[in-house]
Amino acid sequence: MALASRRTRSANYQTLALNRFLVIFSFLGIPLGLYLVWVLWPTLYTFYLSLTNWDSFTPPVFVGFQNYQYLIADPEFQHAVINNALWILVFITVPTAAGLALATVLNNNLRFDRFLKVAYFLPMVIAPVIIALIWSWIYLPQQGLLNSFINQVLRLLQAIGFNVDPKSAYSIGWLGDPNLALVAVMAPAVWRQTGYVMILYLAGLKTVDSEVVEAAKMDGATGWTMFRYVIFPMLSPVTTIVVVVSIIDSLRSFDIVNVMTKGGPVSATEVLANYMYVKSFDDNRLGYGAAIAVVLFGFALIFVMMYLRQVMAQEDEGTA
Amino acid sequence: MSPAQPAQVNKVLKEKRFRKGVHPAIIVIVWFFALLWLVPIVGAFLTAFRTFDDLNEFGLFSIPRVFTLDNFTRAWNTANLGQFMLNSFIITIPSLTACVLLSSMCAYALVRFRFALSRPLYMMFVAGLMLPFQMLLLPVFKLSDDLGIYNTYWSLILIHTAFQLGFCSFVLRNFMRTVPPSLFESAVIDGATEWVIFRRIAFPLMLPGLAALATLEFTWIFNDFLWALVLIQDTHLKPVTTGLANLRGQFTTDYPLIVAGSLVATIPTLIVFFGLQRYFIQGLTVGATKG
Repeated sequence: MALASRRTRSANYQTLALNRFLVIFSFLGIPLGLYLVWVLWPTLYTFYLSLTNWDSFTPPVFVGFQNYQYLIADPEFQHAVINNALWILVFITVPTAAGLALATVLNNNLRFDRFLKVAYFLPMVIAPVIIALIWSWIYLPQQGLLNSFINQVLRLLQAIGFNVDPKSAYSIGWLGDPNLALVAVMAPAVWRQTGYVMILYLAGLKTVDSEVVEAAKMDGATGWTMFRYVIFPMLSPVTTIVVVVSIIDSLRSFDIVNVMTKGGPVSATEVLANYMYVKSFDDNRLGYGAAIAVVLFGFALIFVMMYLRQVMAQEDEGTA
Repeated sequence: MSPAQPAQVNKVLKEKRFRKGVHPAIIVIVWFFALLWLVPIVGAFLTAFRTFDDLNEFGLFSIPRVFTLDNFTRAWNTANLGQFMLNSFIITIPSLTACVLLSSMCAYALVRFRFALSRPLYMMFVAGLMLPFQMLLLPVFKLSDDLGIYNTYWSLILIHTAFQLGFCSFVLRNFMRTVPPSLFESAVIDGATEWVIFRRIAFPLMLPGLAALATLEFTWIFNDFLWALVLIQDTHLKPVTTGLANLRGQFTTDYPLIVAGSLVATIPTLIVFFGLQRYFIQGLTVGATKG
């Protein structure tokens, strides 16, 4: 009797478990299937492709770690790694500092602050390709905005007696000169990123506990002291996010480089994301491209881990 | 004694106290850079309305002799911008719809059913949204070729839907967690099935989050360049991003046309941004702060 009832109970549990599984599956089946096929599997498959020679016309041929051996000795790849490191360095300093400063100022209910916020944020809405096209026009030697402006300044200087040639402005090749090109390509990226960082910090400042700020004020903290020792530490979760997002965005910087310079002149602006594309689709060395992608992934992973740790911490805090 | 009054007084006091804090020199600097930030856009705008000859002869800082819409009409007609814009919408709207619907289902399941895999799945989505596209590029290229959808809208719709699912599920799941579970439990007691609860209760509750997400995702998908570059080859199927980049190869010296085309291509995302600014910013910051 007891045995029989236990058996039916366990059978009931089984149907219940099956039902539960079916219900969960009905919600998750399609989205997870799509994600597995188009995101997870491709990520894993790239590891395999990086160990092959593949020209996209014939099937990939396994060659072991050959691509990585070539990669280490490839001067263009080294250029790309160095440029990416520079790009990261600029991205985690310039837009971050500027965005934080702007957010701190604009958090004070200035007059017309909506206009100011929109002005800084607008580049974020524009497609990176379009930013690249517009900035390519700005940098045109003869007809571009920048050299035309420099020409006007030189004319003004000449008019008040300086010995300068205004025509010389037109010979500055912002994207053609290997010494200028990297800065010229980073400028629009920084132009775009600053507003984004500003928005993240503005949101962060809203969560700063005003009671703590009031208490610090009572204790005589003002201006820089207040910012450095009270507000900035409270913003540290946002700062982590900003730094991680900046690094990931630097590693993803493809559109602007590809459209403005294609990595040139003489790999002066080469970055990993673009080099991977060029090797894979212009040179048809897809196995080699996959190896570059894996390196890029390795760099990204370090910082993604940092981010995941933060998310986990927030998770545990949230459930506690 | 109306309740609005103390709030108003409070607000005035607050503003007065805050305004005093910012040094005028800082305000001047902030304004200077704000205007500088707008220079590329305003400059592009002014150039697009001028003729190539006028610019070439008298320079950019001359007073325009003629204002013309010619660059815009040529971009639209000769350069096929209209077709590119249409393609962008054909790709963006289904991707956006599918992504938002599927990720709301995903988010509901992850929050409602606490099963063993729900946390690993969530972490997978978080990690996935940080993935460099390059890591998926070649297999996705191969897969769409094997499935026979390479060089069709379908390849872009599928990859955008799948990739953005990660971010959307992540955001919506956090949004769903703020809903008290008792709401769903009482519906279960009333005999509602999970799908009914999802449709009648959970989905409507997610709508504000969905609005924020949809505005953000619209600009991301609409502005995509890399996937379109890799997966679409035919000019007449290209979205506006790769279409414009392609035009630059054709009309190398005709930069007023390229600039005019670029501005037109920005209009949809600008409309979304200005129309739904609040949601857009909510969407952007939702991953960064707990709120």
